[in-house]
Amino acid sequence: MYRYDTYDHAMVKARVAQFRDQTHRWQSGQLSDEEFRPLRLQNGLYMQRYAPMLRIAVPYGMISSAQLRVLGAIAREEDKGYAHFTTRQNLQYNWIPMARVPDVLARLAEVEMHAIQTSGNCIRNVTSDQFAGIAPDEVVDTRPLAEIIRQWSTFHPEFAFLPRKFKIAVHGAERDRAVVQVHDIGLHLYRDDKGDVVARVWVGGGLGRTPILGEVINEALPWRHLLSYMEAIIRVYNLEGRRDNPYKARIKILVKALGIEEFRRKVDAEWANLKDGPTTITDAELARVSAYFVDPTYAQLPDTDAGYKARLAGDKAFSRWVQQNVHAHRVPGYRAVTLSLKKKGIAPGDITDTQMEAVADLADAYSFGELRSSHKQNLVLSDVELRKLPELYDAAKALGLSSSTVGLLTDMICCPGGDFCDLANAKSIPIAKAIMERFDDLDYLHDIGELDLNISGCMNACGHHHVGHMGVLGVDKNDEEWYQVTIGGRQGNDTHLGKVIGPSFAAADMPDIVTKLLETYVSLREPEERFVDTVVRVGLDPFKTRVYGDKNKKKEAANG
Amino acid sequence: MAEILKNGQMHSDNWQVLYPEAEADLSTVSVAAGQWLVPFTLWQAQSALQSRKDIGVWLSPNDDLNEVAKYFGQWPLVAIDFPKFTDGRGYSIAWRLRNHHKYTGELRAIGNVLVDQLFFMLRVGFDTLALDPKVSPETALKHLTPFPDAYQGSTNNSQPLFRQVDRVLAEVRS
Repeated sequence: MYRYDTYDHAMVKARVAQFRDQTHRWQSGQLSDEEFRPLRLQNGLYMQRYAPMLRIAVPYGMISSAQLRVLGAIAREEDKGYAHFTTRQNLQYNWIPMARVPDVLARLAEVEMHAIQTSGNCIRNVTSDQFAGIAPDEVVDTRPLAEIIRQWSTFHPEFAFLPRKFKIAVHGAERDRAVVQVHDIGLHLYRDDKGDVVARVWVGGGLGRTPILGEVINEALPWRHLLSYMEAIIRVYNLEGRRDNPYKARIKILVKALGIEEFRRKVDAEWANLKDGPTTITDAELARVSAYFVDPTYAQLPDTDAGYKARLAGDKAFSRWVQQNVHAHRVPGYRAVTLSLKKKGIAPGDITDTQMEAVADLADAYSFGELRSSHKQNLVLSDVELRKLPELYDAAKALGLSSSTVGLLTDMICCPGGDFCDLANAKSIPIAKAIMERFDDLDYLHDIGELDLNISGCMNACGHHHVGHMGVLGVDKNDEEWYQVTIGGRQGNDTHLGKVIGPSFAAADMPDIVTKLLETYVSLREPEERFVDTVVRVGLDPFKTRVYGDKNKKKEAANG
Repeated sequence: MAEILKNGQMHSDNWQVLYPEAEADLSTVSVAAGQWLVPFTLWQAQSALQSRKDIGVWLSPNDDLNEVAKYFGQWPLVAIDFPKFTDGRGYSIAWRLRNHHKYTGELRAIGNVLVDQLFFMLRVGFDTLALDPKVSPETALKHLTPFPDAYQGSTNNSQPLFRQVDRVLAEVRS
């Protein structure tokens, strides 16, 4: 993975000193709360319900064992012994006192980590495919260009005070695992007819209050123009995006208001002055950064193993884990493994200090000391020898990280919600926990099959509820917490926004509602059909009828 | 009178900024003697101002830069107003003035110009900064270069780091 050189080290070290000084000036009254706010946000520091939340960047989800150990130690020594992986592949602490943050950032800087631009109205941490570099369906390894984007966007002098936050995601495989169409800029790297790397560029996607899928602004942008083209997009947005209303300030609103044709015209006019200028990425720079992402020294292995096969045949729990949590690898004899952070009684994405340290050990023992975080809030060991899967499974199981549910109902995405977040209208973790409690039967979960359940505690949609096959949104009605359910959302190549099934529900009803939706699916499904496929085929009505029963009919009659 | 930061030092000068009332009729706003920075639209509205040598203009985000660019050379000074430090349009306006419109005269940041924005302002093309009155000049001077380098090019140096230096490969995993 990428390693800091002297320039990167100097930059992050300077940032720590700058933030220490800013904190000091705020504490001594030289900076008002209002003036300090964007400064702390651009260091990932939110004021939360009970304490500040500190969000650490995990650039495009790559993390080393050494880094994870330090994150674990910080969780123990500075926080309450745990941390939380987010839907943007980052890591959050919830209980670090404000005054300790500069020291924590200094400690992170020693292991080449930071909290730069993990919040605020600036270009955020770039996200990517958790299987970058190893997926069999990958066409272009996204990591070198993602790192080049990270550096370009870091402390960009023109784009530190945008109308609103700005998120970039990139994928380079046949299947989009980075949900690029719901980002301000989504990049799909592929090869054109000549074999050159180009990007399909989406712009104006985003979830939140007004969920919109991005539109293609450029079908085939040569890789060397990525930065100058994004500079053109963001300059147009910086100048013309709305600043009168934060809910209308994302680029998606500007793109919708202008229409994609007019927006493209403006971007092209801006880009005409930048194209082939100094921001153009050089072959040398791509080569320099790519050198950090060379393959580890893979062993020459057969793509089979007797011990593995024997365990598979004789141990149902193991074979289930392999089926759900083990993923194909482009190198024979290797697999990628998801360590699930979804377990009954635990908030999705949460991990303890000792788990982090133990996972770091697993990464050292089984995966060349590297891991990835995924937007589905799990950890991935990307380079595991097939023959070692049985022992890795045993180790993961001992750590409580072997839930064989990746891709299933209980592998849910969930934001921190009202338990932590100041923005939330409703709690989301208790909903997730109640659903995990109810759907504890692995046979049933496997029978139901692939299902993305995404839960957000408010319309900011950190839990990506719009693109879940089943989405849950916490809403506030007269100071009470209610939950609105959408179905039919999809992420990936076929990204779609789900549709609301009807009036919202009380928290206590949520497991029953999920049960009813699943029962409807089971009664209607055709062989090989996933929940979402059935929803797409039959529409919402059968699900509504099952959930709302006669109430729904009466209402329709009244409305009709 | 604002404290002006220029070439890494504090200066005082006599430029004053005229902010007309929101509802004012620009053709009748009177501009006293002395060095005044007036809104570009006001300058356009009053031909008498156009012959004065002691008048500069300040730009608001809505001004058409193609129009503004027609008059470069007529002002000793152009300023860009930051109505609020979180309004980042001024950075892109400065960049465009310098790079698209090739403005080479003095470019001043005015308004809510705070300590932690100075580095960015100097990078995008401002050469003088009128500090917000609440900012202590000593503090401002200490915070002009919080970072030793910059990854990306901008107006003060168009070359990104990767074109400036030979970045030696750090130790990759063994």
